[in-house]
Amino acid sequence: MATLFRDKAVESIERGALEKYQLTYLRKSVESALKTPFYQKRLKKAGISCADKIKSLEDLDRIPFTVKDDLRESYPRGLLAVDIKDVVRIHTSSGTTGIPTVIYHTQHDLDCWTELVTRSIYACGVRDEDVFQNMMTYGMFTGGLGLHYGAERLGSLVIPSSSGNTQRQLQLMKDFQTTVVHATPSYMFHLATKIGEFGFTLKDLFLKKAFLGAEPYSENTRRKIEDFFKIDVYNSYGLSEMNGPGVAFECVEKNNMHLWEDAYIMEIIHPQTGKRVPDGEEGELVLTTLCRQATPLLRYRTRDLTMIMPDPCPCGRTHRRIFRITGRTDDMMIINGVNVFPSQIEQVIMRVPEVGNNYQICLTREGALDRLTVKVEIYSKLFAGDLSELEKLKAKIRDMLKASIIINPVVELHEPGSLPSFELKSKRVVDLREKL
Amino acid sequence: MAKQINVFVDNRIGRIQSITEALFRENINIRAMAIQDRGEFGLVKLIVDSPERAVEALQKNNFACKQKDVLAVVIEDKPGGLYQLLKSFPEDNVNILDAYGFAAETIKGSVFFIEVKDAGQVSSFLQGKGYKILTDQEVMEL
Repeated sequence: MATLFRDKAVESIERGALEKYQLTYLRKSVESALKTPFYQKRLKKAGISCADKIKSLEDLDRIPFTVKDDLRESYPRGLLAVDIKDVVRIHTSSGTTGIPTVIYHTQHDLDCWTELVTRSIYACGVRDEDVFQNMMTYGMFTGGLGLHYGAERLGSLVIPSSSGNTQRQLQLMKDFQTTVVHATPSYMFHLATKIGEFGFTLKDLFLKKAFLGAEPYSENTRRKIEDFFKIDVYNSYGLSEMNGPGVAFECVEKNNMHLWEDAYIMEIIHPQTGKRVPDGEEGELVLTTLCRQATPLLRYRTRDLTMIMPDPCPCGRTHRRIFRITGRTDDMMIINGVNVFPSQIEQVIMRVPEVGNNYQICLTREGALDRLTVKVEIYSKLFAGDLSELEKLKAKIRDMLKASIIINPVVELHEPGSLPSFELKSKRVVDLREKL
Repeated sequence: MAKQINVFVDNRIGRIQSITEALFRENINIRAMAIQDRGEFGLVKLIVDSPERAVEALQKNNFACKQKDVLAVVIEDKPGGLYQLLKSFPEDNVNILDAYGFAAETIKGSVFFIEVKDAGQVSSFLQGKGYKILTDQEVMEL
């Protein structure tokens, strides 16, 4: 096979040189962070009044962690490090409590992000002759636009089909001989079950590869999808706070994900103590941006659990790999690839006077897709006694939830006192989905 | 005007039993009952001999319930009795939300309970057509 490096010098950089590079860019990140109201306060408190205070990578430990709540509390401009006229795009994500978070991008930031994505999919063998169908949602969700620009820069033919509309997806795959798709694993299962129903067969498809992400899945699921479509499936990792996709990506070895250490400094910490754990041990992934001007983030706690693979990858890349994400340190749910916190649902329910405080979130799988059911209790004192009022109430809650969490839930009304009480947080979410 | 009690119930085994138990324990007699099913929940509609006490008993047992005005119309207990009544309804703007009835020996006829949006207006209209609309008290004494 031809060389699989997009940029061999960077991808197989010697570790010592990489660390020198990281230190240089860490200083730059600290310097631009100090231009934001949030970090000015936070870093000065920690005794870091200028970038010169960072003398070695060990000094990273002196920088306090940044968490999602910090982003929320800094909304909308507390973490902006450049003049707003230099910003060319924002991506917001719904926050855990209704207040969103925002990441600003300069043209330089977008270029860096795109290059990381291009490098990633190149490493998996995508080339300019490929036809790349992007089945991820476009818009604020970073999965869609991120891969779109990366594949375009590589020179592939990009079909921005976005998510949903299975019949049209299959028709496009057939008509334009799509060789690569980007989707969630559950959507790939869904496609597999619908091929026959819409009058297609596997012979109509020219698929060779699939990039599956946005929700965790197992090796078993990868194999099942590979066997069904006779393709290679590559795992990837990203989060909107760190641009989106392109943070870590598998190479052709398909043996865990290279985290691009020229763009991010990674640490794995013990979620309770905050102390770094050795390679090969599970902990929470913490990332620092090295090449982002508009919204630099220092030691950002991702809440994702993983570990650093201690052995080098046979592919020759020196950027270390992380193990597929094994869980979360918080209660975030991933529903059809969309991140949802129970607290977001709670916020909505609290705004509806006709229902009580108790609620339950049920996750089930219908075919290959996730289904979210939100159960709420009728509030006795405001019960009007009419069916039509109850139907209206259901529709109102459904619309409010849709607006807050993007996905369409099924809303169920129940008797007062029939759901687990407000204090029983552990029983609030019932996940009946089989693990993918 | 007659009182009907609408009770919100989960659609699961034993809920109607719980309602009847709560009323039985307060010695309340159920005269008529209808159920509207809407998937995970439903409404149980009750005509009882003591609506105020029934609401208290149900609320004590954690049920969400509400007293509603309904028309209790006396009709003849013979073929076409109900048809005659419905035929004399004003043609436009009266939408029957729910209706059920039973034959009552004490009045030598049937009582038909009708849930409409504007109970007062429809009541006067039907009385104008010669129908007897039972009062709250009369229903309790059926």
